[in-house]
Amino acid sequence: MAGVTYRDDLPAGEARPSKLSHWVTDWGGIVIDGVSTVGDIAIFAYRMFAWMFTRRPARGTILNNFYQVGVLSLPVVALTGTFIGMVLAVQSHRQFQMIGLENRLGAVINSSLVRELGPVLAATMLAGRVGGAIAAVLGTMRVTEQIEALTIMGADPIHYLVVPRFLACILLIPALTIMADFMGIVGGYFYSVIVLGIDHAAYLQNSSDHVSGFDLFSGLLKSFFFGGIIAVVSCYRGFNCQAGAEGVGQAATAAFVMSFVLILGIDLILNILLDAFYYTIWAPE
Amino acid sequence: MLPDAEDQPLVDCRNVSVRFGGQSILSHIDLRIDHGQTLAIIGESGCGKTVLMKTIAGLIRPTAGEVVFDGHDLHQLTPAELAQTRRRFGFVFQNAALFDSMNIFDNVAFPILQHETASDDEIAVRVMEKLSEVGLPSEVAGKFPAQLSGGMRKRVGLARALILQPELVVYDEPTTGLDPIMSDVINELILATRRRYPVTSVIVTHDMQTARKVANRVVMLYPRTRLQPGESQVLFDGPPSDLDHADDRRVRQFVRGEAGERIDELMRQTAAVSHAWAGDSAD
Repeated sequence: MAGVTYRDDLPAGEARPSKLSHWVTDWGGIVIDGVSTVGDIAIFAYRMFAWMFTRRPARGTILNNFYQVGVLSLPVVALTGTFIGMVLAVQSHRQFQMIGLENRLGAVINSSLVRELGPVLAATMLAGRVGGAIAAVLGTMRVTEQIEALTIMGADPIHYLVVPRFLACILLIPALTIMADFMGIVGGYFYSVIVLGIDHAAYLQNSSDHVSGFDLFSGLLKSFFFGGIIAVVSCYRGFNCQAGAEGVGQAATAAFVMSFVLILGIDLILNILLDAFYYTIWAPE
Repeated sequence: MLPDAEDQPLVDCRNVSVRFGGQSILSHIDLRIDHGQTLAIIGESGCGKTVLMKTIAGLIRPTAGEVVFDGHDLHQLTPAELAQTRRRFGFVFQNAALFDSMNIFDNVAFPILQHETASDDEIAVRVMEKLSEVGLPSEVAGKFPAQLSGGMRKRVGLARALILQPELVVYDEPTTGLDPIMSDVINELILATRRRYPVTSVIVTHDMQTARKVANRVVMLYPRTRLQPGESQVLFDGPPSDLDHADDRRVRQFVRGEAGERIDELMRQTAAVSHAWAGDSAD
């Protein structure tokens, strides 16, 4: 949003714009831009859903995107999950030892992993790895007129490029979250039991007592939303990429930042709703 | 009485205007393109010739006016009808716009897979035939766009545009960035295509060699911002042979590649910008 230009040649008697009006204009512009972007993303998502339920994407595009999103992300998600499990063990052990509850370590590590850290960290990793790549590839296609070429050859770019990526993200990001959870549990167990010497049976018993099926369900439910956010935001940013190498770089960065912020925002909202749901259904007497 | 189908132009731009934000790019353009015609749209950079070409191809929706293709207003068609109509278009992009993720064979076969149900053998025969028509050996079929030279990529783009034998082929700067020999190869290929089947062509170019050699009609556009009030944006519309004797001095200057008063205009603009900067700094 361009700022207000002050003019020295204003007719006599005409008031010069005040700093307040300058400030209001700038912030007004930012708000209008924000609302307009939200509207654009909503229209983009609507068109994607319309195509998704109208015609199945080509098998080749689905398999390729599933490979890119799922298979190629597996090692990094597994590694991140393992480290997070071990870091949780390192961080929590001292505090739990001080109050004599180190045998309860399994409960805190595994419940944090399954409910929160597994889904959010897997989504964050994938917003960087997958979201950035989607925005960069689609941005390059926009800049080099490949998206226009698809249109002119009768292929709808949203159906051809966005729907397979969306499907890959919403179906495989939950699968990758399960992988991050599993490797985190293994990493936490390894550090707690093998390195710190916590009793094996107590660790497992506490884990099983304090981690419920609902925890796993809530983590996976969130990961569906995170996958959807990453796909829609990254594809939108790629489609609206500005010209040149800088434009592609900005699209990739904006895709990651916007996905990350939305992931955390949606995480908060879903946690509030899931908590309310849990206590409504299984409210303690 | 309804007009005879033969009298009806293939493309009819009626009072077309295009604005991007607050900037007017095209204003009240009327342009009829008859069947079989090869039209070159020329003009300096920024005059709106690429925007006009993309509007004709239905890629840009005009702010006002209509683009009628074979009797149908392109922008009134449903998405399905528009996709079907686009089967009748071929578009050669400036930098070929080949799909990086596909090899040359898949790039050229793409329009067939989108619009027809053909056997693998039939697709292979047609792709190889088209590659051969544009002078490319069969070995390139397995290569990726990044492995080809600029001239080869342009020829692949031409093969892809022609694979469905379209009625209208639109070329965006077909010779830009090529050496003179390869430019002439592309010109010859455009001529050969016209000889092979009755295609209507629109070529956006600022290469006068191409305009003179290939086109049988030339339209010159002028940037909106530099027109006098009430002046038409189309400065010239006629056969290439009339270009050198055009009434308008700006057309003759463009054709001969003379800067003329443009250099003074640019200097004045630069001086005005420098003055504004100096004024801002003093504040």
